[in-house]
Amino acid sequence: MKVTDKQTLTAQVVIVGGGIIGTATARELSRYNVDVLLLEAEAEVGWGTTKANSGIVHGGFHEEPGTLKAKYCFPGNQMYPQLCEELDVCFKQNGILMVGRTPEEMETVQEYYKRGTERGVKLQLLSKEELLEQEPNLDPELAGALYAPEGGSVMPFELAAALMENAVQNGVRYEVNAKVIGAWAEGGKKYLETAEKVIEADYVINAAGLFSDDLARMFGDDYFSIRPRKGEEYIFDLSVKDMVKSTIFPVPGKISKGILVIPTAAGNLMMGPTGDNVDEKEDLGTSQDGFNRVFDGAKSLVPGLDPRKIIAQFAGVRAASDRGDFIVELSPNVPGLVHLAGIESPGLTAAPAIAADVPRLLREAGLELEEKEDFNPRRSGVIRFHTLSREEQDKLVQEDPSFGRIICRCESITEGEIVDAIHRGARTLDGIKFRVRAGAGRCQGGFCQPFITQILSRELGIPVTQVTKAGPGSEQVKYEAKELSEQEVL
Amino acid sequence: MKQVHVDVAVIGGGPAGLAASLAARKEGAERVLIIERNTELGGILQQCIHHGFGLHRFKEELTGPEYAQRFIDFIKETDIEVMLETMVLEVTPERKIYAVNSESGMLEIHAKSIVLAMGCRERTRGALRIPGGRPAGVYSAGTAQRYVNIDGYVPGKKAVILGSGDIGLIMARRFTLEGAKVEAVVEVLPYAAGLTRNVVQCLEDYDIPLYLQSTVIEIHGNKRIEAVTIAQVDEKWNPIPGTERKIECDTLLLSVGLVPENELSSQAGVAIDPITNGPLVDDAMMTNLPGIFACGNVLHVHDLVDNVSKESERAGMYAGRYALGKSSEKARRIKVQAGENIRYVVPHEVSSEEPVEFFMRVQRPQDDVALDVGGLRRIRKTSVRPSEMLDVKITPEQLQSLEGDTLVIQIVEQ
Repeated sequence: MKVTDKQTLTAQVVIVGGGIIGTATARELSRYNVDVLLLEAEAEVGWGTTKANSGIVHGGFHEEPGTLKAKYCFPGNQMYPQLCEELDVCFKQNGILMVGRTPEEMETVQEYYKRGTERGVKLQLLSKEELLEQEPNLDPELAGALYAPEGGSVMPFELAAALMENAVQNGVRYEVNAKVIGAWAEGGKKYLETAEKVIEADYVINAAGLFSDDLARMFGDDYFSIRPRKGEEYIFDLSVKDMVKSTIFPVPGKISKGILVIPTAAGNLMMGPTGDNVDEKEDLGTSQDGFNRVFDGAKSLVPGLDPRKIIAQFAGVRAASDRGDFIVELSPNVPGLVHLAGIESPGLTAAPAIAADVPRLLREAGLELEEKEDFNPRRSGVIRFHTLSREEQDKLVQEDPSFGRIICRCESITEGEIVDAIHRGARTLDGIKFRVRAGAGRCQGGFCQPFITQILSRELGIPVTQVTKAGPGSEQVKYEAKELSEQEVL
Repeated sequence: MKQVHVDVAVIGGGPAGLAASLAARKEGAERVLIIERNTELGGILQQCIHHGFGLHRFKEELTGPEYAQRFIDFIKETDIEVMLETMVLEVTPERKIYAVNSESGMLEIHAKSIVLAMGCRERTRGALRIPGGRPAGVYSAGTAQRYVNIDGYVPGKKAVILGSGDIGLIMARRFTLEGAKVEAVVEVLPYAAGLTRNVVQCLEDYDIPLYLQSTVIEIHGNKRIEAVTIAQVDEKWNPIPGTERKIECDTLLLSVGLVPENELSSQAGVAIDPITNGPLVDDAMMTNLPGIFACGNVLHVHDLVDNVSKESERAGMYAGRYALGKSSEKARRIKVQAGENIRYVVPHEVSSEEPVEFFMRVQRPQDDVALDVGGLRRIRKTSVRPSEMLDVKITPEQLQSLEGDTLVIQIVEQ
């Protein structure tokens, strides 16, 4: 081993990356008697591509036969109801519609119907009349649709956080702010170096998303590359949430599934994403041009969309690979190294199925896995005050008065929920926003951010000037009053 | 669930709620309750520590907290009930209010009349869709004001301010006084959006440049904001290529408008004016829902708190009267219409039985004009500005002389 004065940790299996793939794998491996450590580069898990995912649990009819996408997508979809039930996270099974406009498009819709039903996907073809009866706000010029009732929506960040929590309940360790800066194999072991530590592992699972090719290269695997592809999304105010029931897809283009209108699990309507190849893996900017394309696309499906009702926008970068398909395999060069890479759409849907396949790969690589007797698949979800009845709310406040203090007025989020989020691992304003939606509403944190900053400072025992939006470098308020205007002169 | 019965419930303890509750009590309503979500009364005034409040009302130049305190002191002399740290979750058309606080839990409040006085919120970056990254360091001006004036923190030391609304202008001066540098105030309009006195006292006095017909077209930075690109805009507010300029900064403040907070109102079924984003009201400040009144910034955004107090006293008085069962059906309904160069007028409908004070804003600046109120009154104005609200009083006698059932308020050439 290289000489270093860094602290050394050991683990049988190290998962690099705490996105949806890494956290789902961590939870899967926590079923077995194996010592697992997950490393996340950012301040919280689910912070990279996962955070910006559209949240769609796809039907499983899109994927081309013979691909790994096809292999994992539909089985993943079928795992979602139980997974979300066990983890107590929201799964809104509101169905998916692929709508056609022209006779040619309706032919394509027919082809997808055939492709899906052969795979076992429950599908239904809708006539124009049936479509408009089901979704009266769609463009009346549409000709018909394919309906997949088992498609749905989740909150991707909530799911990743819940998977991590449940994995930790079952013995998995994890570290945040732990970006891997060096990696090598030596004497049957693999080593991962972060700014502060060196980790010795028997097996390494590369779930590093956008950076999975960089990690592979550190180990000498240079046979695949990540081609970052950006997607911009635009979120509407809750007041227009009922415009569509199901997620609306157009007939897909060559590269992407097109611009969608998505009723998210959180309740807001969302439109997007674009699909633009970018040079920078961390290029998260939105653009006027992106907006124009998204809005034109969305408006052609739902003409009544009002851009003045948009409350937020964001972009995410997909970790697409140069193979055009998922990479789920053992490294041909480094024994004990598993690549879970190139997980672009439908990666979120496929994640549980990919994770469930990891034990097979590890066994192939020589790891003995034995199921634990005491694995607990259940995690108790967060309390969502605004979803309770008035009587339940009253009872909750009587038991714990902190639920009687509303901090985020737009979404009715209480101090109790925010403190709970911090106890579950939230360390940043964005972490709280993504877990409990405080600051995600129409004022975008204008009113509640100073209060949440104070609560984070109090609960974490750090000065307010160290509270961040999304990890080190994103401090929210930088100076104490008078720090800039007054100086000691004597 | 705790049951509470009151005559008048006032939602919001800011300047509007304070004035309305006092007027309702004065009118004779016995149980008047203010429901306030913050830890103290006064609303946004408590963070407005600059002076300039109360010139009309008290003929004095007070700070925001001083102005609020005058009303809070009046309240203390009465038996008006105040619930602090209490959040209203729902209002029903039958005038039932669900509110929660940590002491009592859920409260079911039955009111004979309700005054909506929830104020407004700031427009956000999301609503403007400013392109670029989403780093820390981008705040609405009021949020930054709270950080500085209440919590005691300065967000950064090199700021750009988008929008020349009053809060943005005030914060330009506040940042400067705190030792931060304000690199630019950027305004999309050809004139400042805030009050002239604020442009002079907050920008010109501190040599802070104001760039008109310009906007921020990109936010740079991943973790913390590092710079913005600004550009000049054409008449349609589209950026003019070739005019882009990058300004380094660690803070971007947005002062780009206020939006009345009518989520509770809309949920209850209150009809909203798409121009003001506030309820449609009659000359009693009553909404389309009988017994539910509205005033202050929840009704339309004001620039002077003095006007808020005045308007809210009317709402409170009529809410008190309604609770006492003293209000009567109006015989005549006159629709108020915004005419030439008038963006909106409040109230939206009047009778001819009550004296009425109209509040309105113009669409664009004009000089040497007159304000014409349905031919009943014509008032000469040396200048009119969208940032400066106009008000005019009309007597029942004047209204009775009106022919037809529409009153057009307009700006006419002299």
